[in-house]
Amino acid sequence: MDAIAGRKPAVVWALNISVVALVALWLFPTLGLLVSSFRTGDQITASGWWSSFLPAEQTIQLRVADPDEARIDLGNGRFMVEGNIFAGQDFEGKLRSWGTSSRNLSAFQPGDVNDLGDGETLTVQADGAYVWEGNDDQISGRAQRVFLDVITPPDFTLDNYSFVLFDEDNSEGMAKAFMNTLTVVIPATIIPILIAAFAAYALAWMDFPGRALLIAIIVGLLVVPLQLALIPLLSLHNAIGIGKGYLGTWLAHTGFGLPLAIYLLRNYMVGLPRDIIENAKVDGATDFQIFTKIILPLSFPALASFAIFQFLWTWNDLLVALVFLIDATGETTVMTKQIVELLGTRGGDWEILATSAFVSIAVPLAVFFAMQKYLVRGLLAGSVK
Amino acid sequence: MNPALQGLITIIIGVGGCVGYFYGANLFLDKVLFKAEGPNAGRNINRANMIRPWVFLMPALLALGLYLAYPVFATLRLSFLERLPGNEYNFVGFENYTKMFAEPKFIEAMLNNVLWLVVVPAAATAFGLLAAQLTDRLKWGNIAKSIVFMPMAISFVGAAVIFKLVYEARPEDVAQIGILNHLYLTFGGDAPVQWLQVPFWNNFFLMAVLIWIQTGFAMVILSAALRGIPEETIEAAVIDGANPFQIFFKIKVPQIMSTIVVVWTTITIATLKVFDIVFAMTNGQWETQVLANYMYDKLFRANDWGMGSASAMIIMLMVTPILVWNVYNARKEMQ
Repeated sequence: MDAIAGRKPAVVWALNISVVALVALWLFPTLGLLVSSFRTGDQITASGWWSSFLPAEQTIQLRVADPDEARIDLGNGRFMVEGNIFAGQDFEGKLRSWGTSSRNLSAFQPGDVNDLGDGETLTVQADGAYVWEGNDDQISGRAQRVFLDVITPPDFTLDNYSFVLFDEDNSEGMAKAFMNTLTVVIPATIIPILIAAFAAYALAWMDFPGRALLIAIIVGLLVVPLQLALIPLLSLHNAIGIGKGYLGTWLAHTGFGLPLAIYLLRNYMVGLPRDIIENAKVDGATDFQIFTKIILPLSFPALASFAIFQFLWTWNDLLVALVFLIDATGETTVMTKQIVELLGTRGGDWEILATSAFVSIAVPLAVFFAMQKYLVRGLLAGSVK
Repeated sequence: MNPALQGLITIIIGVGGCVGYFYGANLFLDKVLFKAEGPNAGRNINRANMIRPWVFLMPALLALGLYLAYPVFATLRLSFLERLPGNEYNFVGFENYTKMFAEPKFIEAMLNNVLWLVVVPAAATAFGLLAAQLTDRLKWGNIAKSIVFMPMAISFVGAAVIFKLVYEARPEDVAQIGILNHLYLTFGGDAPVQWLQVPFWNNFFLMAVLIWIQTGFAMVILSAALRGIPEETIEAAVIDGANPFQIFFKIKVPQIMSTIVVVWTTITIATLKVFDIVFAMTNGQWETQVLANYMYDKLFRANDWGMGSASAMIIMLMVTPILVWNVYNARKEMQ
């Protein structure tokens, strides 16, 4: 292919551009959420996330200082109020234009003198300094209203994360859900690996009647929808007194993860060189020793692949947690459930939603990028050929 | 007790228990049950070796049997029963099924699921193949692949939030914050659209989420398959004057057909079980119901175990052809 594409620059360009488009299409949705999680609620509703990297133009309405307190007597019946229009505002940016009439918000440039009639004037400088001058009657009562057309530089904040993760008063925070998810995930990842490794070894290297049938059954179980297991297992858990809780969830995840684990590991172990195992047997090693001393260390890549799958699957799971874990008290809620809840109660508060979602997405993404090699290897081995 | 501590103790007990079981059972077999000494040493070793595979397999078989095999039959049984107050059951034959097929919401879920099954595997496989082919000889192809592959790590719920922001619609007179409506208005749309509330087409906006997630999987597998194609076949085609499209469709695709089928069926199974996306984004409103969510509704909202189990059996029924095909292939491969 490159023999053809390589010679024609136009084709190479077309290729690069189409891949850029593809990558953009796949990256943009996630990027939107990530960027939104660093913006305040006001910023999110004021403009789309894609414009947050550019300086934003916005019109704000402020008032000058209260004339009854701040006016200065200039003599001859003239009074003046001066100060900075942005005083007391947490404001960074540039004033582009301003005005006092709601019909023409940007009538004046910074530094212009606005004649308000009968000798009343207002001037606003680029840095926000203003002078409001007029007679006793004019410089009194309500402070003059000013519309300001300002350019604000891109502004990002970590406040959302501190609110979602560390705010003690936030009843919808993610801290507890994060810990709960972790509590579900770790045992639910480790236990099936151990159980599956032994079974996979038996299926790969030990000879016994019914082996082929067992492998076929496991291939079949690979695709059984876990939806079928919900009610029978919940009844079973209730009957034996586990009820809803971590133990039942760990067991359920173990059961549901096992077919893939056994399948992946068996496929890998079968491919290990026969010589090593036979030599060890000749030297008098038992099956148990062969397994722990030879097979297990050699199978590390396959073990890592499955560990990542199971980790991603249990971390991202909603259904199993809903059915087997989360009871009426909601004490054991996991992050996915918490986010669904937030979608209902805080549907419009994108800063909370985006941040909460990203807290839950961040860990699997980190694992994904760190261990991508093993994930790819596992996928290649695990898809039923 | 603190759940984290409880978790830690469970890990220790669970892992320790597993290790202890395997080690202990193995030791028991060799040293107590069938000692490899005395007059029957040879026979004992053989006996121990006959039993050992089952010692290794026991925990896995128990878990598989209890958590996957048993529920299939238990659900089948429940689908023929009606649950009465006080934990009693009444055999009703196919009544749950007939009641279910008379429900418009179920028909809607069935039709939508069929639509999902047609669109999602096809689109994800096609996009995956396209991505695999385009990135194959590119210098920065691996980075591009990582990004297309990335949604694999994102939960369905996370993806639902991500796409809710993409589809967000705001009143006409304020700035649009959903990129889809922004583009729609920029390119001549009249008014912002609530994309998830437009019946029929909203199904496609939900499917886009799953396609977005599954394309990376298809790409990874197909990319490996494309690299496995013998170079000579392509060189021969080039010499014969085939253009890149002919090479792709007539030389490459036929050679990786079996892999395409594998990818297709794997995504089909994932599509059949789709639950989280619909649950989090529309919860089946605006005619977007699918079977898995319908089943959840019946089981846990309406508390109707009979009809819930019946709809679960429908999902099982739809998986069965793939199950049989997979088992058939696996057996063929082992011989």
